[in-house]
Amino acid sequence: MQLEGQIRIPSGCAISAIISKEGNRMTGEKIIQSMIPMHDRSNGLGGGFAAYGIYPEYRDFYAFHIFFQDDSCRVECEKFLKDSFEIVKAETIPYRKIPEITDIPLIWRYYVAPLSSILSRLQLDEKEYVARCVMQINTRISGAYVFSSGKNMGTFKAVGFPEDVGRFYRLDEYEAYAWTAHGRYPTNTPGWWGGAHPFTLLDYSIVHNGEISSYDANRRFIEMFGYKCTLQTDTEVIAYIADYLLRRQGLTLEETASVIAAPFWSDIEQKDPKTAEQLTFLRKVYSNLLITGPFSIILGFNGGLMALNDRLKLRSMVVADKDDKVFIASEEAAIRVMEPDAEHIYAPAGGEPVIIKVKEGAY
Amino acid sequence: MAINYILPDFEVIRDYNRCINCHVCERQCSNEVHSFDEKGNLMISDESKCVNCSRCVSLCPTHALKIVKNEACFRENANWQRDTILEIYKQAGSGGVLLSSMGNPKPLPVYWDKILINASQVTNPPIDPLREPMETKVFLGQKPNMVTRREDGSLNTSLTPQLELSMPVLFSAMSYGSISYNAHESLARAAQELGIYYNTGEGGLHEDFYCYGKNTIVQVASGRFGVHEEFLNAGAAIEIKMGQGAKPGIGGHLPGTKIVGDVSKTRMIPEGSDAISPAPHHDIYSIEDLRQLVYSLKEATQYKKPIIVKVAAVHNIAAIASGIARSGADIIAIDGFRGGTGAAPTRIRDNVGIPIELALASVDQRLRDEGIRNNVSLIVGGSIRSAADVVKAIALGADACFIATSALLALGCHLCRSCQSGKCNWGIATQRPELVKRLNPDIGKERLVNLLTAWRHEIKELMGGMGVNSIEALRGNRLMLRGVNMTEKELEILGISHAGE
Repeated sequence: MQLEGQIRIPSGCAISAIISKEGNRMTGEKIIQSMIPMHDRSNGLGGGFAAYGIYPEYRDFYAFHIFFQDDSCRVECEKFLKDSFEIVKAETIPYRKIPEITDIPLIWRYYVAPLSSILSRLQLDEKEYVARCVMQINTRISGAYVFSSGKNMGTFKAVGFPEDVGRFYRLDEYEAYAWTAHGRYPTNTPGWWGGAHPFTLLDYSIVHNGEISSYDANRRFIEMFGYKCTLQTDTEVIAYIADYLLRRQGLTLEETASVIAAPFWSDIEQKDPKTAEQLTFLRKVYSNLLITGPFSIILGFNGGLMALNDRLKLRSMVVADKDDKVFIASEEAAIRVMEPDAEHIYAPAGGEPVIIKVKEGAY
Repeated sequence: MAINYILPDFEVIRDYNRCINCHVCERQCSNEVHSFDEKGNLMISDESKCVNCSRCVSLCPTHALKIVKNEACFRENANWQRDTILEIYKQAGSGGVLLSSMGNPKPLPVYWDKILINASQVTNPPIDPLREPMETKVFLGQKPNMVTRREDGSLNTSLTPQLELSMPVLFSAMSYGSISYNAHESLARAAQELGIYYNTGEGGLHEDFYCYGKNTIVQVASGRFGVHEEFLNAGAAIEIKMGQGAKPGIGGHLPGTKIVGDVSKTRMIPEGSDAISPAPHHDIYSIEDLRQLVYSLKEATQYKKPIIVKVAAVHNIAAIASGIARSGADIIAIDGFRGGTGAAPTRIRDNVGIPIELALASVDQRLRDEGIRNNVSLIVGGSIRSAADVVKAIALGADACFIATSALLALGCHLCRSCQSGKCNWGIATQRPELVKRLNPDIGKERLVNLLTAWRHEIKELMGGMGVNSIEALRGNRLMLRGVNMTEKELEILGISHAGE
């Protein structure tokens, strides 16, 4: 039987997020709790979390979280890392042994900085270099998989129910100003740790509920630009699209949303001429990055979150706030667990991005 | 009289109980199959002249006629089949190259028919196009690799010229001369109404049709017939024809009998002279020369028109396409070996070139491997027969499809494959005024609009089933396709999995 990564597995899901606009840091307690009422939206074959602002003491270093199948690929990967980066610290990611989580791979964390001599020789900017190194490890070193590679952020994922995954990784001991969470319902395969969400590249992380019908069109396009979809999951391709549009093409979050959940032509016609011109341009130029099929996604990045539904709103997603906090989840029940007195609860329209940014300087 | 070795292909069967001697069949048949026998007071037929265009059958008021395959046979022989034997007789009689029309009729594989389309079940909802918006609009042309911004921070929206299509189908090149004035008028008006394009082919543009310029692609081929500055600027895009799927490696030949009146004027050649297009463009002997022609045409039209380069699907098409993509062309059109023609040497039509499905798949993949797929749009033609073929072509990686045979069928063509005779009884592939007037452009336009409206509905239904609500999300989406009855190699080239995988 082929495992995930060798074939594409569709899946359904639950997502949830919390962010403090003031940059106040919260433990993982609440976000773990939020996944419990949505238990039935997952089937125990994948859960994960992204946390922003958790490594303030290492904020200038890329934090690589890596799964290793065994020590031999760890040795091979560490050799690559030593050749490419200055490694400030290497450690195993601490976890709690619980009966619900089994078949645990080696899980390591490295704080690294690119070697400046290599950067100047390759004439690459730092982020591009890091992204390329991540792609190299994931495609060339069999058994090694970088599942987190941003600064002052990290993702934690495993095969299991999300609430168990949260306990397993001791997320109650981390403090972040923004959390996203994901519970997975893949349709087959024994499930693989790498296949759980969030998917990340640099500080961009994606949790995603849905199955995209445009997958292969998007994949074959994005792979022209050096990305390699090793896992063949929808979410991985969305993470790369976000990286391509935001980092490499320099689009704004709103523009990015207008590419991946592009407004219908009939809606564009009704906009004012200037807006219509901009939207038409984006659709013409990035038509291959339009994502169709049902999805609700939460994109995390340093300093904020963006929630987005597919343009037909084929997946549930609600947003609410309370004081400095904003909550996003597949179901209102999840929000009520995090904040029973949440206010202004509403369901964003299909294709309408909800962008929450942390106050400048507070993260 | 010498012995006629040629067996008639067809038998004209007339039910004399129904025939009322109205002479309609006689008047309708430009091949002069039917005549009236005064002595016997009955209509008779010379079936040796019949091409089975079905005109008489369709118009006989009492349904007294039918045309059937002539059962008279040669002694069975798996190696020497009827067509092969007849071709030998014809060549032994004439000493000439055999001519044929329309696409390759041989029983070679049709890959479209071995490819099946996906639909959503459970994990992803199918979408009903009657309830939800379903978009088929496409833009053809180069896309920039990087966006730039204006001073106010907004996106700089200037782009190289693009063609906007309401659906991913265009009418392929058919010259005025090879087809009639009324056929051209039908195509031009249908293109305008549908929001798509038709293509002048190599024969210039009749002055009456300049008004449809916004929906016209003007063609520059090796004979340069009818090409002048006004012509180049009249259309929405310019197509450089390097080759044609029905006859890769050779030029064109419109017999002098078709170069009459306005055809001669539009082509800018004397009446009655044969219009012979050379095999190569004599200013293009390699890829760097193509680049010069592309830019000459861009200069002549102030960089306002996208340039299409049309080539036949041949063995190393992927490398050729890669070269074209770097030549400044905005769009590459690839014509498969089943593409139609008004006349081609039979041997070439039936033996040269490769299937469009394989050519498309390998070109699309090569351009992606080289990271230049976005620099150029891809149009494919060479027997796109239905909405399903369009959907499969888009999913394999095409931006749009050229159709011509399907369009002619909509106009009444019965695929008798005798265009080269110039005696088309349906008023399509002829310049004889009494035949041309049989094609009413009002009705012709309507039938073309109907055909593509129907296809558009079907494309939407198929897309909706896959859960795709915009044609862009289908382009190159090969996971939506599966193959049946194919070898590993065929699947590998098409870049699709076998059904069940």
